[in-house]
Amino acid sequence: MQQSLFDKIWDFHRVGERADGRDLLYIDRHVLHELHAHHAFTRLEQQQRPVRRADLTFAVQDHTIATAPGRDDETNPSGSAFIKAMREGCRKNGIKLFDVDDPEQGISHVVAPELGIVLPGATHAVPDSHASTVGGVGALAFGCGTSELTHILATQVMALKRPKRMRVRLDGGLGAHVNAKDVALRLIAEIGVAGARGHAVEYAGSAVRGIPIEQRMTLCNLNIEMGGRSGFVAPDDATFTWLAGRPFVPQGTQWDRALAHWRTLTTDDDAVFDREIALDCSTLEPQISWGTDPSQVVGISGSVPDPTALDPHRRAAAAGAYAYMNLSPGTPLVGVPVDRVFIGSCTNSRLPDLQAAAAIVRGRRVAEGVIAMVVPGSSSVKREAEALGLDRVFREAGFFWGESGCSMCAGGNGDRGQPGERCVSTTNRNFENRQGPQVRTHLASPATAAASAIAGRIADVRRMMSGAA
Amino acid sequence: MEKFSRHTGIAVPLLKDDINTDQIAPVLHSRGLKEDYRAMLFHRARRREDGSENPDFVLNKPQFRSPGLLVTGQNFGAGSSRESAVWSMLANGIRVIVAKSFADIYRENCLQNGLLPIVLGGDQADNFIARVVEVDGKAPFTVDLVGQRISGPGGDDVAFEIAPADRTRLLEGLDDIGLTLKHMDGIMSWERRAQATQPWLQSTRDSR
Repeated sequence: MQQSLFDKIWDFHRVGERADGRDLLYIDRHVLHELHAHHAFTRLEQQQRPVRRADLTFAVQDHTIATAPGRDDETNPSGSAFIKAMREGCRKNGIKLFDVDDPEQGISHVVAPELGIVLPGATHAVPDSHASTVGGVGALAFGCGTSELTHILATQVMALKRPKRMRVRLDGGLGAHVNAKDVALRLIAEIGVAGARGHAVEYAGSAVRGIPIEQRMTLCNLNIEMGGRSGFVAPDDATFTWLAGRPFVPQGTQWDRALAHWRTLTTDDDAVFDREIALDCSTLEPQISWGTDPSQVVGISGSVPDPTALDPHRRAAAAGAYAYMNLSPGTPLVGVPVDRVFIGSCTNSRLPDLQAAAAIVRGRRVAEGVIAMVVPGSSSVKREAEALGLDRVFREAGFFWGESGCSMCAGGNGDRGQPGERCVSTTNRNFENRQGPQVRTHLASPATAAASAIAGRIADVRRMMSGAA
Repeated sequence: MEKFSRHTGIAVPLLKDDINTDQIAPVLHSRGLKEDYRAMLFHRARRREDGSENPDFVLNKPQFRSPGLLVTGQNFGAGSSRESAVWSMLANGIRVIVAKSFADIYRENCLQNGLLPIVLGGDQADNFIARVVEVDGKAPFTVDLVGQRISGPGGDDVAFEIAPADRTRLLEGLDDIGLTLKHMDGIMSWERRAQATQPWLQSTRDSR
């Protein structure tokens, strides 16, 4: 029978059917973070249940960790209890923790692939909705809540209803300064914030093949913003080259054997999907969100949409968004003054993201009055960027160069804007109050964020780089 | 998990689509390991900019101060996987959410905690919402999971669908981990099979 890649991975990992009809899916790699893990450790202790496979479990400090240089447990006072509880829980349960001062500390979704902890065709779970970021290397990943996290620690399986299959075909080459972030934002704008609900999404097509692994991760990262249960790209030679030599990937003959298997991880030609959509990326321009959910997006040359131009069911949400964002219909996005720029988060904090931003920033200055931050996704990314001199490029331009963590994405570490500020951000959610009370978030790519920091206004990076602005 | 069979309470209309977990249980409100889940629920919407109570927010209205059911629109619980977005409902007495649809992870988190997620579609949803708005908290609704019906003022009982397995789990308050541990033989035999066919999945060795 013709199978999709999703079916191949799911069927291999299906342990059986539970009494309640759910499939028990084996989880090959489980990565915890400090915001939620302590609840699970406490519960297991109360239930006197051990962690079943500590050897398949990893942990990071990312959500509440400070980004200030020289940080320690106490730098963010509201995070310190989480950080210490994580350390204690990992010590008691024998779980490898990338702690505050670890040279490989970072955001779970950045650390797991860069160390080769997550592999093509593997199942992966994180108590975080952006778990499917690692779908960029061909893993099938699921975000989970605290109860499910406890369940995985105790059993190493998840009890899931099999999602439906969806394929998103992305074809055409991307224009200059257009990347996966722009593609994902356009896609969410097209199908809406619940457009992929209940589905595992395979991203396919020439545009996907043409982008580097880090951008595939950006694409899969944003899958949850259209409601998808999981999202991934079938692995290919680019994936295998990217993974080769990373510390936790299989070595020697094991690598050869794994590679032979990974080459079979494709969707059969006649596999059937429950839903298929396509997007031509060749004419896509940089995208930016104007509203308060990730589907309220326009091309950078566009304007805040008129309510009459929107689908009727999107008008109520738009009305609230105009008010919160303090933007009237018809206002062009380019030129709107910004107070703050944030480059980072599991969406856009890998080395190529920072390189793309640095290419815009080099030799320029952040506009007067704009607070601009770069927070690398992992301490490894930070080190690599510094080896390339990117920290100097950012610092000399007037950017803050931070230690790695989730930072201003959800502000759980105290990095947040001031009320009323407008922030161009490379993160994943522009929800009201997320980056601080009354902060107005515009989601965009690293290049667009960098250009906006320089201009002090929302900017079209293409025009800036062609000297037209 | 607390069992769920029947729940009677005031139904609160929160008639928006896509209400997200940042709205339900804002992370900025984090106060360390001992969270106040009762105060967390819709923390921002409940207050004005100066910190005083926002009298216009539905849960602050006198008739909705002791809620039992929440009635809402499409895609409720979008966003983060944080379970505090369910715990904060329970801490306020809300044990049923009636929505036009739920975000996937949020619905799973409800089932894990004995909070009944009911999906009503089309006219059925609109009629029920109209009743809830009309009653305006003056009389309670009763949700009966055994009979799969909602009863209350302003009309006939409303029948709702729920997957039989989810229903059983809520009715019996089943321990999710306990259910799975019954399959330990299957899990261990899967591990042996993986060790034989894809051994790299069963070990995590740092090669350095």
